[in-house]
Amino acid sequence: MHFAKKFLILLFSLWCTISGTFFLMHAIPGDPFIGDKILPEEVMRSLYAHYGLDQPIWVQYWKYMKSIVSLDFGVSIAYHGRPVAQFIREGFPISALLGSMALCLALPMGVLLGTWGALSRGKWQDHLAMFLATLLVSVPNFVLSTFLQYAFAMKIPLFPVARWNGLESAILPMLALAAMPTAVIARLVRSNMVEVLAQDYIRTALAKGIPLFRVALTHGLRNAILPVISYLGPVISAILTGSFMVEKIYAIPGLGQWMIHSINARDYPMIMGLTVFFCTFLLVMVFLVDLLSAWIDPRVRVVSYAK
Amino acid sequence: MQSNYWEAVRRRFSENRLAVWAFWIIAFIVVLSVIGPWFSPYSYTEIHLAEQNSPPCAKFWFGSDELGRDLFTRIWWGARISLGVGIAAALIDVAVGVIWGAIAAYSGGKTDEWMMRTCDVLHSLPYLLLVILLVVIRGSGILTILIAMTMTGWINMARVTRAQVAQLKTFDYISAARVIGASPTRIIVRHILPNAIGPIVAMLTLTIPSAIFTEAALSFLGLGIQAPAASWGVMVNDALSAMRYYPWRLLFPSFLLTLTILCFNLLGNALRDALDPRLDR
Repeated sequence: MHFAKKFLILLFSLWCTISGTFFLMHAIPGDPFIGDKILPEEVMRSLYAHYGLDQPIWVQYWKYMKSIVSLDFGVSIAYHGRPVAQFIREGFPISALLGSMALCLALPMGVLLGTWGALSRGKWQDHLAMFLATLLVSVPNFVLSTFLQYAFAMKIPLFPVARWNGLESAILPMLALAAMPTAVIARLVRSNMVEVLAQDYIRTALAKGIPLFRVALTHGLRNAILPVISYLGPVISAILTGSFMVEKIYAIPGLGQWMIHSINARDYPMIMGLTVFFCTFLLVMVFLVDLLSAWIDPRVRVVSYAK
Repeated sequence: MQSNYWEAVRRRFSENRLAVWAFWIIAFIVVLSVIGPWFSPYSYTEIHLAEQNSPPCAKFWFGSDELGRDLFTRIWWGARISLGVGIAAALIDVAVGVIWGAIAAYSGGKTDEWMMRTCDVLHSLPYLLLVILLVVIRGSGILTILIAMTMTGWINMARVTRAQVAQLKTFDYISAARVIGASPTRIIVRHILPNAIGPIVAMLTLTIPSAIFTEAALSFLGLGIQAPAASWGVMVNDALSAMRYYPWRLLFPSFLLTLTILCFNLLGNALRDALDPRLDR
């Protein structure tokens, strides 16, 4: 039941996104073939016929839907008809690798920071941990990226300034992308951990003489980490959009940088194609995360608005 | 009872010294954004071609940019735009979100379900991407940026309001008001919202920094305010290509941007904590 409902919502959201981009694309004023040269009317008519623009909008809509379903995201104008799918094939693996590296760093760091805060609740360590978390949420990722680049690539040349070759060049962008998720996860883990640590079974374990740190790890973390999993959707979303700025600054040939290029060139078909791809990817990820957290934590399945 | 509650909120808030500091820093930045440009003999568009990229000195307190424009003046002009857009967007978010959330919660049942499902669908889409898309299509400009940012920015506000109203509407004094014939609008506006104001204000304080960030990110991507006007994000973007040689051009806007967002976040978190009586120790 839970699965079916979530799946229907997924399909509905996907349909909304794709239709939305289609109608937005048609809302752009102007004509794609009106350029510097004035073309003869026959040429215009054959261009319209070639791209199917002379047909009624519903026929075009239906064709667009069919092409998206068959993973055809249209063609770039700025790159002379190169299919958007080809950019995705080349750029996405790089962005995905960088993003998963950032996530793999953010998860343990966030859990550690949050647990540290919860264990020393009310003391200066707690305040420090939460201040750090607020700071990491507050620094815009493009500010952090430029700062890291200036400090650790230009002033102290530990890492390459930019480009994408080898592990070394991935460190700084990974840190910049991981900051926000780390902070979000830390806050979440802390508040859950504080709640869990107040439970009776924790007191029982402590009364038995098990050290606090071990109790926190074995009993506390297991319960405190579940809400983090269901929160991974927004975290993935933050990494995804964060990659636009970070890839621009570090000149990483990922999908985020192609997005920036197409925005600067006002390459509308490519912007739309990439938007549909990003949204689809994100929606599917959120759906999978939902399934995962429902599978791990049965409580999620019954939670509804009537709480 | 009421005054005791607000007294306790005030006490819990002022115990948080960091938040009190954050409040005064924000006040300081706001005041400087108003009076800052008056301190300088230059206008924010004035070009000094002989003194391009000057480091901070007596003449240009924060240095000058690649056209020799005074950065001190431009920083506080930028502050007006960054803060103005941030606060305006947050206020629109609150207006839309409170109305949406209050109607959903007060109606209950199917209406509630559908209104909140709409929120879920909008919430699952990447916020910044949608904003970028709308600005690309409509062309940049302050009004477009505001519209784009508030298209989906109100959702968190709607959720917070809904949770508050759903809880408050079960109270007896609401039934009493209904029995004596008060209209739903009157009940929501006069009896429910005043009691839900705390979390709404806290959320407003947390919406401002995210709006400031979004505007800065748009400007950084070249979709923001158009030259010669500049927000902090535009100035960061302009300084990026020259940061190896003229780092101060990057330092001042990015530091102020981060400081402002940090202070609003600290303030918002502190307000949220102070308004929650369960956290009283």
